Amino acid sequence: MSDNLSQLRQPAGSAGLADLTRELAALIVEALNLEVTPADIGPDQPLYGEGLGLDSIDILEIALVVSKQYGVQLRADSEDNQRIFASLRQLAEYVNTHRTK
Amino acid sequence: MLAYRAGEPILAGQFLGDVARLGAALPASGHVLNVCADRYRFTVGFAAALVRGLVTLLPPTRTPAVIAQLKAFAPDTVCLTDEAACDIALPRVSYPEAPRAAGAPAATAVPLIDPERRAAWVFTSGSTGTPVPHEKTFGRMIDCMRVEATRLDLGTERSWALVATVPPQHMYGLEASVLLPLASGHALSAAHPFYPADICAALAAVPRPRALISTPIHLRALLASGLELPAIDLVVCATAPLAAELAAEVEQRCRTRLLEIYGSTETGSIAVRRPTLTAEWWLWPDVTLESRGEESFAAGGHIDRPTRLYDLIEPTGPDRFLLHGRVAELVNIAGKRSSLAYLNHQLNSIPGVLDGAFFQGAAGEAGEVARLGACVVAPGLDPAAIAAELRRRIDPVFLPRPLLLVASLPRTSTGKLPQEALRALAARARQSSAA
Repeated sequence: MSDNLSQLRQPAGSAGLADLTRELAALIVEALNLEVTPADIGPDQPLYGEGLGLDSIDILEIALVVSKQYGVQLRADSEDNQRIFASLRQLAEYVNTHRTK
Repeated sequence: MLAYRAGEPILAGQFLGDVARLGAALPASGHVLNVCADRYRFTVGFAAALVRGLVTLLPPTRTPAVIAQLKAFAPDTVCLTDEAACDIALPRVSYPEAPRAAGAPAATAVPLIDPERRAAWVFTSGSTGTPVPHEKTFGRMIDCMRVEATRLDLGTERSWALVATVPPQHMYGLEASVLLPLASGHALSAAHPFYPADICAALAAVPRPRALISTPIHLRALLASGLELPAIDLVVCATAPLAAELAAEVEQRCRTRLLEIYGSTETGSIAVRRPTLTAEWWLWPDVTLESRGEESFAAGGHIDRPTRLYDLIEPTGPDRFLLHGRVAELVNIAGKRSSLAYLNHQLNSIPGVLDGAFFQGAAGEAGEVARLGACVVAPGLDPAAIAAELRRRIDPVFLPRPLLLVASLPRTSTGKLPQEALRALAARARQSSAA
C-alpha cells in the first residue's frame, strides 16, 4: 500500500546526493559534448552564463536529459528556476527532490 | 479577443487603454529599445511607440557592445522594460502597471497609423563590426502579415490563439507572434514558454483553434519530452531548416499541419511550404526572386527595393524555389544569424588578441546544434578571459566551443584563412593539449 501512495522516490541522503551530482556532471558533459571532464565542473560553479558558460540551448538539452533519466519536468515559472541552474549542486538538489525515476 | 495573458482574455478596448497609458510615459519623439519579456506588454509598447511616432529598435542581441552601438546610432534611445532588474545602459522607461480600480475602459477610437510611418529599425550583424539597420515601415509590415495569414490558412471565420516560443524582438517573432495576430484579428498569447512543460501549459491555457509558433530546437525538445501534448491546430516553424523526419513526426504527434516560413530580417517573411508534402517553397504573391551572378535578391510585394537573400536559392517555377543552404559567410546557430566576418571583428577587437578567427565545426548529428570554434593568438590571455570579453560583444550562442590558443593562424600568402586550415589547426591544438 505504501508504494502506491507515493510517486516520488525518497530523496537520497548526502552520499546519494554526491553520487547524483557526479552522475549529472557526466550527463551534462556527454549531452553537450563539452571539452571539460565531469570532475572539472565544480559543484558551486555557475552553470549558466559565466562559469561553465552554458546558454539557453544547452539548458534545453539538459532539461531533456534530466527528464529522460530522472522523470523531472522543468518549469520556468517555478520559483526554483533561477536557482536550479545556478550550480551543479543546486541542480542535483532539485532533481533529488523531484525525481520520479 | 486580442490577447491571452496568464489565462485571462484581453479585449481590444483594454489594449487601447494600455497603449494610451504607456504612450503617456514615453518620450515625445525618438527611439525605443523594447525589451519587454511579456509578449502582451511588448505589443503594447510597440503600438504605443507607433502611435506616438517613436521608432522601435530591434537589435540581434543586447550585449553591452551592441547597446553602445545603438546609442551611437540613435542617441535619444530609451529602454522600455517590464522587469524590475534591467542592466541595459540606457535611460529607462518602466512599463506602467494598470491602475487598480480598472473599470470598463473608456471607449477609445483605434488610432490610424500612416502606412509610411517608420515603425522600426531591425539590425543584422553585417560584415564589419557594426550592426546594419534595416527600415521597416508600418504599411509594408501589415501588408506582409495579411499575406502570411492567408498563406497559413488561418481563414476569416475563426479567431485563432497564437502561442509562440520565439522572442517578439526578432523578426520572426515580431511578425508571427505580434503583428500577425494584430493585423488579422487573432489573439496573441503573452507567454514566452521555454521548457516543453511550459509550452504545453501555454497551449492548454488558450482556447482553440490554437497555433504553435516555434523553431526546430523547441519542436524537437517538445517531442522528445514524451509529454502528452494538448490539441494543436497548426504548427508554424521558422529560423532554420527543419529536418524532414522531424517535420513528419511533428505532424503525426500533433495531428495537424506543420508549415514552415522562409524569410529574413531584411525582407521579412516571403515564402511558405508544407515540408511533409514538398521541399519547394511558395513565394508570397507579387514577390519575385532574381539572381545576379551567385547572389539572390527578393523584390516586389511588401519589399521596398531588391534585397539580398543570404541563402543559395534555386528557382523551380515563377513562384517556387528550393533552398540549398546558406551562403558560406553566414552562420546560423539555433536560428540566430551572424556572419563570420562580424564575429571575427568582435574577437579581434579584444585587447590582447593579436589575431583570431572563428571556424565552423563538422556538422553534428541530426538535431545536434553545431557550435563554432575559434583559434586565437593572444599571448598573455587565457581562454576564460577571452570568452568573458566575447560575452560582452556577441550573442552567447556564437561563443566558441572550443576556444583554442595557438601560436599563429594558418593565413595564406594573401592573408586568407581557409576554414579547413582552421579546423585542421584546431584538431592539432586539441590533440597536443590532450597529450
